[in-house]
This record gives sequence, C-alpha cells and structure tokens, in this order.
Amino acid sequence: MNPEEIYKTLSDKFGESIIGYDTELAGDSNIQIAPTAIAEVCQFLTETDTLAFDSLMCLSGVDMGVKEEELSVVYHLYAMQHRHSVVLKTSVPKTDAHLPTVSHIWKTADWHEREAYDLYGILFEGHTDLRRILLPDDWEGYPLRKDYQEPDFYRGMRVPY
Amino acid sequence: MPEIFSESFIPKINLQESSNWAKDFVQEVIIPLLPEALKGHFPVEFGTILVMFTVAGIFVAVVPLLPLVLVLAERKVAARFQNRTGPMRVGPWGTLQTLADGVKLIFKEDYIPPQGDKILFMLAPYVIFACSFAVFAAIPFGEGIPIPGDFNIGIFYIMSISSVIVMGVIMAGWSSNSKWSLLGSLRSAAQIVSYEIPLGLSILAVVMLVESLSMSQIVASQDGGIFTWLIFRSPFTFIAFFIFFISAIAEVNRTPFDLPEAESEIVAGFHTEYSGMRFALFFIAEYANMFAVSAIAVTLFLGGYEGVLPGYDFLGGLPGFVLKTLALVFLMMWLRWTLPRLRVDQLMNLCWKYFIPISFFNIFGTGIWGLIFETDDVWSIGISCAIIYVGLISAYAIAGRIFARKPEPQPSSV
Amino acid sequence: MESTQQTESKIIELKPFTDEMIVNMGPQHPSTHGVLRLELRLDGEIVREAIPHIGYLHRCFEKHSENLSYPQIIPFTDRMDYVAAMNQNWGFCLAVEKLLEADETKNFEVPERAEYLRVLICELNRIASHLLSFGTYGMDLGAFTPFLYAFRDRERLLLLFEKICGARLTYNYIRIGGVSEIIPLEPGSIEEQNYLDEIEDFLDYFEPKIDEYNDLLTSNSIFSERTMGVAVMSEEMALSYGATGPNLRGSGVDWDLRRDEPYSIYDRFDYDVPVAKDIPELGAVLGDCWSRYKIRMDEMKESVKIVRQILAEGLPDGPVMADLKAVRPPAGEIYFRSEAPRGELGFYIVSDGTPKPVRVKGRSPCFSALSALQELSRGLMVADIIAIIGSIDIVMGEVDR
Repeated sequence: MNPEEIYKTLSDKFGESIIGYDTELAGDSNIQIAPTAIAEVCQFLTETDTLAFDSLMCLSGVDMGVKEEELSVVYHLYAMQHRHSVVLKTSVPKTDAHLPTVSHIWKTADWHEREAYDLYGILFEGHTDLRRILLPDDWEGYPLRKDYQEPDFYRGMRVPY
Repeated sequence: MPEIFSESFIPKINLQESSNWAKDFVQEVIIPLLPEALKGHFPVEFGTILVMFTVAGIFVAVVPLLPLVLVLAERKVAARFQNRTGPMRVGPWGTLQTLADGVKLIFKEDYIPPQGDKILFMLAPYVIFACSFAVFAAIPFGEGIPIPGDFNIGIFYIMSISSVIVMGVIMAGWSSNSKWSLLGSLRSAAQIVSYEIPLGLSILAVVMLVESLSMSQIVASQDGGIFTWLIFRSPFTFIAFFIFFISAIAEVNRTPFDLPEAESEIVAGFHTEYSGMRFALFFIAEYANMFAVSAIAVTLFLGGYEGVLPGYDFLGGLPGFVLKTLALVFLMMWLRWTLPRLRVDQLMNLCWKYFIPISFFNIFGTGIWGLIFETDDVWSIGISCAIIYVGLISAYAIAGRIFARKPEPQPSSV
Repeated sequence: MESTQQTESKIIELKPFTDEMIVNMGPQHPSTHGVLRLELRLDGEIVREAIPHIGYLHRCFEKHSENLSYPQIIPFTDRMDYVAAMNQNWGFCLAVEKLLEADETKNFEVPERAEYLRVLICELNRIASHLLSFGTYGMDLGAFTPFLYAFRDRERLLLLFEKICGARLTYNYIRIGGVSEIIPLEPGSIEEQNYLDEIEDFLDYFEPKIDEYNDLLTSNSIFSERTMGVAVMSEEMALSYGATGPNLRGSGVDWDLRRDEPYSIYDRFDYDVPVAKDIPELGAVLGDCWSRYKIRMDEMKESVKIVRQILAEGLPDGPVMADLKAVRPPAGEIYFRSEAPRGELGFYIVSDGTPKPVRVKGRSPCFSALSALQELSRGLMVADIIAIIGSIDIVMGEVDR
C-alpha cells in the first residue's frame, strides 16, 4: 500500500483526527495526525493485517524555528511483511508539549521517546520511564529547541568555550 | 590383608624428622670445621635452627626469581602465538623486561582504599605469597637436594598449605571495599574449594598405589624408567593425571578457569584495588603457584626427578625435573592463549558433575587394581599400558565421531 | 501473646531472593565497548536487572549539524560509528543526495565511478568492522589471541583506507555527490591498478583466514557453550526493539537493505544474505548470541564476494564527483536508511532550502539494539551480560552521537 492509500484508510477510520496529507515539499510525504490520537492510530496501524506496521524505524522530534509555535514528532514506520512505509507527523504546542506514548506498541520507541523528551522537552504520557537519556539528569533546558540558551555554568564548570 | 590398611599408612605428623638433615649437616660439616676447643661446646640445636633459617633464606631469595623468568616466558610464548615478538626493548631480546616491571611496581604508589579494612588489605598479599612459597618446601627438586619439609605427610602438607591461599584471596576481596573484588574473591573461593576435591581425590589414587604420603617416597617408587612413572602404573592414575592437571589449572586461576580475575567481566577480580608492590606479590604468587602445581604433577605422576630410562640419568635429576615442570607450565600457557573462559555455572558443572564422579570411580578402580596386582611387576605395568593404549584409541575414535567437524550451515539465500 | 506471634509472623516473610547487590558496570570497564554504564542488580552472580545508562559519549552531533552546512556535517558522521566510518559517511550522503534528487530543476546524479568506489570501500570497511567485532567478542569471552589476529588483518585494511583517503579511522572520504579527490586515483592509471591489486592480495590472504577464525573461536566448544542458547532474541522482539542488521538476521529475519531496498549499485552484484536458523545438532538456538556472532562471520565472506566482483569488473572511467556547485537541497524532509555493518543506519534530514539543515537525526542501529539489553539480560549471569554486549556489537559513539 502506498502512503496515499494508507492516508485514505486512516481518514476513513479516524475522521477528524487525521488532519491532512502533506505532499507539497520535496522528499517524503507525511500524514498529519492530531497528537491526542497518535497512540490509537499507531495501534490501528500495527494491528490491521493489511497494514501491519511492525517496525518503528525512527521517532524524532523536530523544531522548525524560533518563530514556530509548535514542535513536531515524526514517526517513520515500516512493515516487514508488506514492505511498505509511512511517515506520521504530529504537532504539539511548545508551551505545553505532551502527547500519548507509543512505547507500548514498539519497544524501540521507549528510548527514542526518552531522547525526544531529553532534547525537546516533549512529554510522552504513559511512558513508564521518562528520564533524560543522553544528557545528565540535572541538565536544565532542552538543547535542540531553537530558542535554547546554553547555560553559562554547569556544576561550576563553564559551558561555552 | 593388603598393605593399604597397615599401620604405616596412618599419617602422623613428625616434624622432628624434617630437621634431621639439618642436624646431620651441623654434625658432619660444620663441627669438623670448628677449632678443637669449641667442638664439644657447640650448641647443636642452635646450629640446626641457624642452618634451617639459612636454607629458608636462600630459598626465599632464589625462588622469587622463578616467577620473574616465568612472566617473561609467558609474554614471549603469548607473543609467539599471536605473531608478535613480545618485549624486545629492555636488555637483549627483552630479557630484563620483567625486572624493569618489578622496579616500576616497587616505585608505584601503594594505594590502600580508605574505606576498606586496612589491616586485612595489607595482610592479604603476604598470606597468598607466603602460602604459595611454603608449598615449595615439600617439593623434591632432585636427589640429594635437601628438602626442607621432607616429612612423612608431604603431599598432605602441600594440599593443606595451598588451600590457605583461598583465605588470602577472600581477605583481599573483602577488605578492598569494592564489589568487583568481592565478586572475584567469592568466585575464587567457590572455585578453589570445589576443585580441591577432584584434586585431592586424584592424589589419593597415587597415594593408594605408593602407600605413602611422603613426596620423596612417591618419587622413589618411580625409579624404574618411564613405564614405572605413576601415570602409566595403572589406567586409573592415567585418568587421575588429567583430572589433577585440569583441576590444578583451576586452582591457580588460569584460563579457561580464570574467572576470579576475569578482566572482561569483573575488572581484575580480587586484586582490582591493589597497586605497587602488593600487586606484584599477587603476580609473583600466581606464577609461583603455577610452577608449584606443575612440579607437584611431575612429582606425583611423571616420575619427579627420576629419569626416563632405568639406571641412566637421562631426563632425570634437577634439570630433568625442571624440564618436565616447564613442559607442563608451557601447556598451561598454551591453553591460556587459546581458549576462552568458562562461565561460573559451567565451571561448577564440570567439577561436580564430571570430575568428582570420575575421581571416585578412579579411587574405586585403583583399590581393585591394588588388590589384583599387589606388587608392581612387569605384568601389571604391561597390562596397564595396554589398557591405556586401547582406551586412548577408542576415546579418539568416539571423540572423533562426536566432535567431527560438522558441515558449516549454509547461509540461506533468496 | 497472640499479638506478638502475629507481629513476628509479619516480620518473617518469605524472601525468594537473597540481598541484592547494586554494581555499576562501567563507564570505565574493560568490556563495555566504550563508555556504556550498566546498573546491575545482582543476586550473587545472577543479574536481576541490567539498566543501561548512556550519554557518556554524547557529542551533540544533532545540535552541531543544525549550525553547519551539509558537507561540513560529514566529518561528524565519521565520529558516530568510528569503526565503520565509511558507511556512516555514505549513509548521510545518501540521504542528502536523495533530497537533492527530489529537486527536479537540477539534474543531479552520482557518477558511476564514484558508486563503484563507494561500494568497494564500504564493503572493505564492513569487513574491518566485523573483524573488530569478532576480535573483541573473543576477548570479552576470555580468548585474547583472536583479538590480535583480527587486528592484524584489520591493520592491512586500514592501510588500504589510508592509501585512498589519507586517514585510518575517520575518513571523510565519501562526499555529497561522489567521493573525495584528495588523493587522485586516475582512471586506468598505474596507481589505480596497483591499488586494486593490493586489495586483491588482501582478499586472497584474508579469505582462508575466515575459516581459520571459525576453527579457532566459532567451533571452540567453550565458546559455543558460552554463547549458544544465551540471550535468545525472538523475531518479534527483534522487530519490536528495532534491532537491525546482523542482530535482526541473527533472529532469523531474512532482511538486508542492500538486497531488499537496493540503493546505489548493490543490485548489480551477486551475494547471499546470511540468515541464522536453529542448528540443533550444534546446540545453537535461533536468535542467541552465537547466531548473531555467526552472521558477522558469514557476512565477511559475502563482502569479500562483492569486492571480488568489483575487482573483476574493474572501476569504470569517468569523474568521481558530481557537478555540484553548492549543496543546497530543496525545502523538504527525507528519511533514508542504509545497511551499515551494525544495522540500518537512518538519517532523517529536514531542510528549509538553506545551505544548513533544520534538523538532522541519526537513527543509529546500536541505539535501538542496546535498548533490548535490559530485557535480554534478565535472569542471566554477569558473564552473560558481557556476551550479550559483544554479540549485539555496539559502538558507543553511535549510541550517544
């Protein structure tokens, strides 16, 4: 199934929660999904036999710029059985970034979500162990946000050099 | 009634006997040298003690050189196995490398973990060092070379002393206040205690044939050339030799049984926290141990300082003894640089499920062998060698069938 | 009287386990392959839980990337998986090239000669990487000699890399649109012939060595006892944890991006994809440490096959670099994955049409595979943890980025 058909299947099933299908820009086209519905959509994508997306290739947070109001979370899915892939995208407001976790669907999402939390401060609700993963536990701020200001000192050590 | 059960077999500790040679030395060598006036007044007892101390001093001074050579040998052997040259810089062909290492270790900081148990921490290397050198006291190096501890229960003494080493290991592990050290020392304790059983039982097979615990008597009973060596005297001692040797490797913590100091698992085991000379003591003790167990194996099974041919001194005496021992040491090195390491449960399985039952079977068999052939004559040795030969051939055939190189599983392709 | 008995019965409760000991394995540890820290909860020798803590080698690759132009990012990818840096370069360049190709106004194409050189070098790099994995795995399990044998052979490969790009470990050789021309290799020149002959010599020397290593380590009974049946990763588990490459094939999934989603010129070569299966007569269980290890040993042979085919064909003539004035991909986003020695290396790039990317995410195979460690190691022994870490073959540079 190509992404367009998957988009149709999804919008038939979920209606309003599927916001749109973005093909304008170069590269991969993606299906825009409301953040609250992401877990259900993913559940549907894995459990439906014709779709059977059994592997999550990548889960990444994206911040498009300082002026943007929203952070995106991008899911790259692949189905080993049918050999088709799809890109899901959701957007959450920067001030209140939270969305349901998918770590119970694909176990690899556990660490990827921790990474997105660590670097973007996106809270994944229902994640069992949402801690910083790459940065120290007591690091302040979320470095990959475009408006991130690096601290002058970390535990008495100068940070900018 | 066979002689095994006779009274002479019951061990009695008679330390007086061990100092006889010193007394003789004083009376026969020193006293004739003294001026006439002193001859009657020389305190023989004091002289005996003095001589014994001197010998011990020489011993302690000379034997640590052995590990020095062995460490270099190990590095050179390993290098050969691995297409390298090994140490080449210090001295000709790197022969002084270990000396340089020793000097470096002496000058290093002697770090004692502040949270650890300081007294035990400082004591542990000495316990291990002392015990591993005390073992040498009872090893007969050659005919006429005085054995400081040649008493009637020599092998029993060796077993007991060498099992004290585990105390030192536990002390080192416990006092370091490091979890890796603790893990290593407990692994070591479990391992040494377990492997002491097959070790002791395989020694028992020898003792039953010789009917003596004295090291010099065990050697003396093998003086008829290669076929009177205890390894060939009965099929059961032949098996016992291999069990002894493998258990001995486990006793001295070398690959494939080097779990107590497995550097890839528990950093360095019980000596993780040690540095400087204390570390060097562990190191020296390890290599001294290695030599000691090989020497014991040679004494018990491979004729000790007795030669290959009856009546000739070929491969006999001190050079022969050292040569045979070094051959076994080389075998240990060979194994170390070839084999991976076992896991704890596999190690224990090997000991408790295979070696100990086989050892018991061995003792049973040796007992029956002793009943059938009461004296060691040509017949018994001939039959023994024949059984060993047939056994080896059939074992080779069976093992060949079991371990035959199976065809490599072909990678599936689409 | 009754009340005291009751309180006592409350105190005396059945404790199935003895006291647990919490041990930090790493970040300074001989066999955690870098700076991985494992928090082990031990019951004696048995591991109740092994919690990986990563981030000790975090060098802010993604943050750096946002402030650099595309070609400037390539040296950073070198530092991700420093054992197979060529493949990392390539993975990133493939993603950028894919995005460049999406721009229809420019007729962008990677020249043929560059593609051949890339496959040649990357397959050799795959051998080097698997050799390191084989050697260190032996060392993890206590056999030191295979390690030095592996490094002896890897040394020859590194010399070959040094000849073509001047570096031994961090190559920066594969560029966007082709390969580096710093050390020119004129088509048909004597230097090119010498270089290819040298590679051929190496392959002739190396191919029998693989069998030697199999004899030395793979079929060693202690080695197989340590690895067979240990830490079995089922097919579902491997997929769910995103294990890829040899780890996935070790679990019996017949999947190789080079064959199944052919990129570059991999569809022109003839090679097998080794896939593990149950071998009851040896004792190997599908998905255990031994299977994962064996896949790597077999893959080296397949890489040799591919390189031999390139050598037989010879390198085509032509330029090694596409005619590319400036790397300026159109606005858009791309996720492209390639088969690195450790699995699927994915790069997710978001571009807004400027020379600098908005977002670069490296999806590293080790990161995903390492997350399975916690589940794999439950209830095993300390020595098995080492066996698992070695068998999933992690490089911390890539895990932490």
